Amino acid sequence: MTAPTKPSLNPVPIKDRMKLPRQHMPEQAAELRATNYTEVNLGYSEELARQEALRCIECAKPACVRDCPVGVKVAEFVKLIVAGDFLGAAAKIREDNVLPAITGRVCPQEDHCEGGCLMGKKVKPLGIGYLERFVADYEQRMGVRSLPAVAPTGKKVAVVGSGPSGLTVAGDLVQRGHKVRVFEALHELGGVLTYGIPEFRLPKQIIREQLDYMRAMGVEFETDVVVGRTVAIDELLQEEGYDAVFIGTGAGLPVFMNIPGEHLNGVYSANEFLTRINLMKAYKFPTYDEPMLDLHGRDVAVIGGGNTALDAIRSALRLGARKAYVLYRRSETEMPARAEEVKHAREEGIEFHTLVNPVEFLPDGDGWLSAVRCLRMELGEPDASGRRRPVPVAGSEFEIPLSVAVIAIGTSANPIVQSTTPGLGTDKRGYIQASPETQRTSRKGVFAGGDIVTGSATVILAMGAGRRAAQSIHDYLTTGDW
Amino acid sequence: MFKILHAEFLAPGIKRFLIEAPRIARKQKPGQFVIVRIYEEGERIPLTIENSDPQQGTVSLVVQSLGKTTTLLNSMGTGDHILDVVGPLGKPSEIKQFGTVVVMGGGVGTAMAYPTAAALKQAGNRIISIVGARNQELVILEREMRGVSDVLMITTDDGSYADKGFVTDKLRQLIQNGVRIDLVLAVGPIPMMKAVADMTRAEHIRTLVSLNPIMIDGTGMCGGCRVLVDNKSQFACVDGPEFDAHEVNFEVLVQRNRAYRNQEQQSLAEYRREHESQVESREAEANGVCAGQGVKQ
Repeated sequence: MTAPTKPSLNPVPIKDRMKLPRQHMPEQAAELRATNYTEVNLGYSEELARQEALRCIECAKPACVRDCPVGVKVAEFVKLIVAGDFLGAAAKIREDNVLPAITGRVCPQEDHCEGGCLMGKKVKPLGIGYLERFVADYEQRMGVRSLPAVAPTGKKVAVVGSGPSGLTVAGDLVQRGHKVRVFEALHELGGVLTYGIPEFRLPKQIIREQLDYMRAMGVEFETDVVVGRTVAIDELLQEEGYDAVFIGTGAGLPVFMNIPGEHLNGVYSANEFLTRINLMKAYKFPTYDEPMLDLHGRDVAVIGGGNTALDAIRSALRLGARKAYVLYRRSETEMPARAEEVKHAREEGIEFHTLVNPVEFLPDGDGWLSAVRCLRMELGEPDASGRRRPVPVAGSEFEIPLSVAVIAIGTSANPIVQSTTPGLGTDKRGYIQASPETQRTSRKGVFAGGDIVTGSATVILAMGAGRRAAQSIHDYLTTGDW
Repeated sequence: MFKILHAEFLAPGIKRFLIEAPRIARKQKPGQFVIVRIYEEGERIPLTIENSDPQQGTVSLVVQSLGKTTTLLNSMGTGDHILDVVGPLGKPSEIKQFGTVVVMGGGVGTAMAYPTAAALKQAGNRIISIVGARNQELVILEREMRGVSDVLMITTDDGSYADKGFVTDKLRQLIQNGVRIDLVLAVGPIPMMKAVADMTRAEHIRTLVSLNPIMIDGTGMCGGCRVLVDNKSQFACVDGPEFDAHEVNFEVLVQRNRAYRNQEQQSLAEYRREHESQVESREAEANGVCAGQGVKQ
């Protein structure tokens, strides 16, 4: 006997749904947005959202849910959009994801929900990210906050870092009645969402709204606390009365290339370049005090092919750069950045130079960068990452005149928490060791997740770790079992 | 928000602030620093911690007016609030029994050297301190340094107080007189630290300097404070601020600290235009003009 299936509210016959075109995300014109910091994507209207939701073929075993790192009930929230219940859809997402307006903007859906979408095998997958963003923004516009009433458990949890993993842990645990306090090293909350991702991809106002929501749920925040320096993990546990600690300190120290000329003025890490712009608002100098080199009329290159690299070079373009290049040592196929970001960047006028590897930054004689010397590369056998290894082409050296170079080739583990927490196990690269199922570390009551465990990854993978950690912390607090 | 409990000028353009910051006071060790941001549109700058009182929950910062932020900070007083103070940052100084330690403070660098000198004295070292300044008015923390030193020597560039000359003149005398020196700690303007390094390198005397490059987050995240030490990139905020003086590339440090000079001058000029009368009255209060020591302190 089969379970009775609810009749679909979708008036379009299943066989016709695949014929409906995927609704385009409205966006600012490329030539206009290349000169401003306003968001590129403008968001679906109610009509576009309904049209897109009608495309869902309502699979019996939805792969979109299976492939979501935080397990958002995609099939159910899409049905609610079809039914016109946008607030219900938002509440449905919030059951599994405390930051829908953020993931709706920066999540690589093609690798998760949309990557699993069955329709994608024949036509374009359902625009799940666009729909998530739409209902999250709709909920915000309506000013509705569905705050679950929960009985306090009397347990206290400290969360170290207010990035995607920490906020997820905080949101999940406060909804289960635990008292949660989040410690942030910088003066602004949000971690990489705030210092790393630019305004044109994730407006700071969106982050502020999500944080307000969390405050309304009862999460406490304390900025200007560098855990490991300002207070130790052991002091939080033993002296400040926390029953558990979650470490989500994020991507750590920027990696440099160790090539000559890296100390010239004009050579930046992506973290510094983006922090000056996003956190310190150096693009508003002199209204804001943090200075920035004037990029007007200058040539800028970013080295690397990830989302951070594209964020940096698209920022440089908006700050007036004359030429803006991406220099990447593999081919475009291996480029880790999202396809949508590459497309947006190219439309805005960013030039991509692939199979190119910088070997030296050249000085102008006064301590400033004047050019970068590069080698052309070709692809050889696959390396440890499974991607074909770039191999230098002999005698292929050439120079590109440059005023500013931004190095975006990754990060290594920040040692501050590990070096001040005795008994906390780390791997040979210095990242914190945590169980992939429970996010437990080698120290009782201490959990960790996100980039400080895995190395640089994505917002949604950090949130997935946060979800598992929250469940595991809740189990520990309620049973006392370790 | 961090409340200023007390503020006083130690010298023209150099002010000491007592700040309510219980978490930092509890953890601060000699050699560490803080990063402050004064107001919403402000930049983040590193500042010296002179000392702290864990019981009272206070830290004492010494600030020299050089750019807009330090000039603005030095216009603030008792009862005002600083928006952000974060720390203590950096690795603490290594404190153990070395034997005879020469502690050298140039200008406002003396405030950074003082807590380390005190801790080294406590650890049983013989402390020979050499404090230098441009003139008598700019000699700071003389009483404090005397209290933790077996010998205190003072130099002024113009000879208006104590001995005319540079701190390196005194160091050279010590070396020439055959005084056994186990460690030199030098904190001050870059040219001074470089001169000390050049002098002790030839004598194979272990020498540490405390560097103060341009910094933003102070936790290792941005890499803006990278310095070239032994030809390798090190981050002053997490690997320092103290480094082996003989391995530091001071030319790169000078060059990198120059990166935003135009913008810094523009900010200061605009601030001064807007607050001319205020600045004048404050300078009158401080009885002189501010001193440029070449460090972004």
